[in-house]
Formats: sequence, C-alpha cells, structure tokens
Amino acid sequence: MDTCRDVSALVSRAMDARLSLGERLRVRLHLAICDACRRFARQVELLRWGARELGRKGTDL
Amino acid sequence: MSESRASRPSSLTAADLPGYRPALVRYATLQVREAAVAEDLVQNTLVAALQSLASFRGDASPATWLIGILKRQIIDHYRRMSREAPLPVSGAGDDPDGDADLLDRLFAGDGHWVTKPEVWSDPEGGLQQEEFLAVLEACLKGLAGQSGRVFALREIMELEPGEICKDLGLTQSNYWVLMHRARLRLRQCVERGWMTERS
Repeated sequence: MDTCRDVSALVSRAMDARLSLGERLRVRLHLAICDACRRFARQVELLRWGARELGRKGTDL
Repeated sequence: MSESRASRPSSLTAADLPGYRPALVRYATLQVREAAVAEDLVQNTLVAALQSLASFRGDASPATWLIGILKRQIIDHYRRMSREAPLPVSGAGDDPDGDADLLDRLFAGDGHWVTKPEVWSDPEGGLQQEEFLAVLEACLKGLAGQSGRVFALREIMELEPGEICKDLGLTQSNYWVLMHRARLRLRQCVERGWMTERS
C-alpha cells in the first residue's frame, strides 16, 4: 500500500518523465482515495503554470 | 511592448542597451535570487550583447535576443556553482540548503502528510492571477540551493530535464529528488502566503 510520501514523489516525477504503467496505476488508486495528494497534484501543476507565467512575463520587455 | 517592436524590422544600437537593463535584472533575479549576482549576470549580458551587436539580425525582437544571451549566462553561472559545490553521489543530497530532513519533517512516520495540502483557490485568470504570481515570485526568491536552481531552469526557463542534467552534471534521480524537494518547499511557502491571506 502506497503512502502519501511515496505517491507525492511519483506525482512530482510524472511532471518530468513518463511513469511506468504500474506506477501510473499506483498513483491513480491512491489519488482516488486521498484528498491531500489530489490537492498536491493540482498544486504542482499550478506551480508550473505560475513559474512559466513569471518567466514569460519577464521576457516581455 | 515587445509586440510593437516585433511588428517592424528590429534594429538595435549600443545606445538602446541600457534601456533593457531593468527588465533583464528582474528576469535574472527570478532565477538567481541574490541581487548582486543578478546584476553581474546582466552586466555580462550587456557586454556580450555589445560585442555581438553586429550579429543581431532582427529575426527576433531585441528583447528576445537579449534574454537568450542572459539565459546562457544564467546556465553558465549555475554550471560554475555546481562545479564548486558538487552534489553528493548518493542522489539523496541537496544539503547546501541544510534541508536533508525535509521529507521527514513533511511526512509522518507512517508516510502521511503532517500538514495536509489545502485546496488552493484557482488563480488562472482574473484578479487573483496577479496576486498568486506575486506570492509565487516571493517564494521563488526564498528557494535556495541546488533544488532552487534546478526548479528555475526547468519551470521558469523551460529547459528540458535532460539538458539540465547535462548542464549541472546531475543524474536523473538527483534531478527528480531536487525537483520534488523544490516543489514541496514551494507549495508550502505559497500555501502560507496564498491561503492565509484569504482565510
């Protein structure tokens, strides 16, 4: 049984690499029952969106 | 502003360069945090730009061209820093931050979150967007160490992970560990600034 600690690391890795089928399944099963990790997954996406916005605003001289 | 420049054939003279300085400093500060280092990188960028003005063809806007030079300077800077403070080969290390126990502080012994992530109000669009970005920008400035560098290269400069590993001499697992730490620390910081203001 995966813990939040394990799954959050996989969620983070999934932002930069393709997870194996088994890993994707583990993430999906965990997220289905865990609010906290679902929120983490959303937050990680918002961090990416926000950082890119900041970078692009920076290049808009 | 860049649109109006881009819409006509771009030209760039030495006299134009200082005008780009503030925006370049702002961009550099996002990535390197220390103001003095950002100033140095921008200075080097302007010198490099001056030396290669003749090669500026106006295919891109001057801003895009200058940011391109600055990005190169930032990557070289990170590369030098990584050489001076190389990562432990174990892959678990990001210790310049003194934050080796980050995961143990954020997760209980049974692997659950010590403090569960909250629902963030959605910042994509509207007034909240500027506010969210301001909080994030402040948090990015506090994101020290190798994980801060890696995060900036990946998420602000939008380099590919493979490129970053090559530039900084990281293994793939170093990279994942560093990015995960950066995200955990950032989300915690943003949550304080972003949630507490509205609760």
